[in-house]
Amino acid sequence: MEVMDEIKKSYVTLLLEKGERADKRGMFDYRPIEVKKGVIESAEGSAWVQLGNTQVLASVKFQLDKPFPDRPKEGVLSTSAELLPMANPRFEPGPPDERAIELARVVDRAVRSAEIIDLESFFIEEDKVYGLYIDLYVLDYDGNYFDAASLAAMAAIRNASIPPYKDGALAMKEKGTPLKLSGDALEFTFVKIGDKIVADPSLDEEYARDARITVGICGSNICSIQKSGRGAFKRDELEKIIDISFEKYRELSKYL
Amino acid sequence: MSEEEYGSGKREDVKLIIDGKRVDGRALDEMRPLKIEAGLLHKAAGSAYVEWGDNKVIAAVYGPRECLPRHDANPYRAKLSVRYLMSPFASKEEHGRSGPNRRSIELSMVLREALENVVLLEHYPNAMIDVFIEVLQASGGTRCASLVAASVALANAGIPMKDLPVAVASGKIENQICLDVGKEEDNFGQADVPIALAPRNKDILLLQMDGLLSKEELFRALDYAEKMAPVIRDAETSALEKAYARAGEE
Repeated sequence: MEVMDEIKKSYVTLLLEKGERADKRGMFDYRPIEVKKGVIESAEGSAWVQLGNTQVLASVKFQLDKPFPDRPKEGVLSTSAELLPMANPRFEPGPPDERAIELARVVDRAVRSAEIIDLESFFIEEDKVYGLYIDLYVLDYDGNYFDAASLAAMAAIRNASIPPYKDGALAMKEKGTPLKLSGDALEFTFVKIGDKIVADPSLDEEYARDARITVGICGSNICSIQKSGRGAFKRDELEKIIDISFEKYRELSKYL
Repeated sequence: MSEEEYGSGKREDVKLIIDGKRVDGRALDEMRPLKIEAGLLHKAAGSAYVEWGDNKVIAAVYGPRECLPRHDANPYRAKLSVRYLMSPFASKEEHGRSGPNRRSIELSMVLREALENVVLLEHYPNAMIDVFIEVLQASGGTRCASLVAASVALANAGIPMKDLPVAVASGKIENQICLDVGKEEDNFGQADVPIALAPRNKDILLLQMDGLLSKEELFRALDYAEKMAPVIRDAETSALEKAYARAGEE
């Protein structure tokens, strides 16, 4: 793969130097987006997102939990991600590797930091709280699973309802009440290739990238940042990336 | 920053700034004392011990050496492997779990990527360089202390680098941006922004954020990091100079 990577990197880099992307998009254009909510009836909330040819399924499930000892009055929020081997030849079966862990934690970070879910409302009684579990399944990976997963997670949370608590257990089969949210948190990913920055990287752009940054936005605030890759960003580049993230937030919120 | 780092209680219950002073008496733009010692381990190619406030972090470098597993060998550059771990006795809470968890795996990755930017890996094709970081005591800002320890350990091992990276976290506490957030401030504050920079060209090598911040506040955190970069860098170089002076005497 290493040889193809070098060839593709030089192809993508040369195109960008001419101000072009292989799929003719503008530097900060997103690929076509489609969101379907409620695709998994067995989950309390779900959403399937297609971003170009990247497809991610997010589900929200509840379970009865014990609160963390240091947060006895709050419910539990937990996010996991699977980079399924069916999604890309580079994904292998087995426990989540560092990429899957990063994806889960970065999506979790935006939802948690934005405080859009009132975790105190998940308190039932002493030692009993609701636990909200977000599962992210990357089904088809053609670049930028971060933004697809963030959009899918948010859509699934919006789609979710809380099962009633009855006789010491959650009545999973009964109709729940819709989950109350105080806003939307979405994440936007940019990669730097040479000295060029593009939004919503394609798979080839992901392989060619020197650095990547994912910015979470909630309303008029930034709610998460994750820089990765061995490249670096300059201050003015970061400024531009933040500005465009706010623009894209307005653009992509409509898909929720 | 994460489930493992959450403290107790609610943030509204805790006063973090009283009369312009923080819980440990610092001003908003004041860093905790930073002490660095290079070359304290005997078997490693390079090592460093960092005390930053109540953080105690030790880093060791092995290599360049044969790449393992061998199929990871890269004909273009050395593989850099970074392992960040927190000891089970690192906090005042109950005995923690040993070994890696999701948080430490993510931090190992972002630390590795920050260091990959400055280490001249292309000098050692097919080889591997290991960086082992152990957080012996944690008090907020362990990833930044780890990056500083790793930088000094790499330089102490004689590994060629473009620059000696530095790191410091700023945070938002009671609606104010503060330099070098401590444990309580991280637990009860509104945002945490660890930043690593290459001090010579101010390249941003590591940047993470959790919490809620405006754009202006984010850049105030970056201002703090840029302002402290030469100070931290001086502490790193003087630790290295001391280690070389000591080696010269022996």
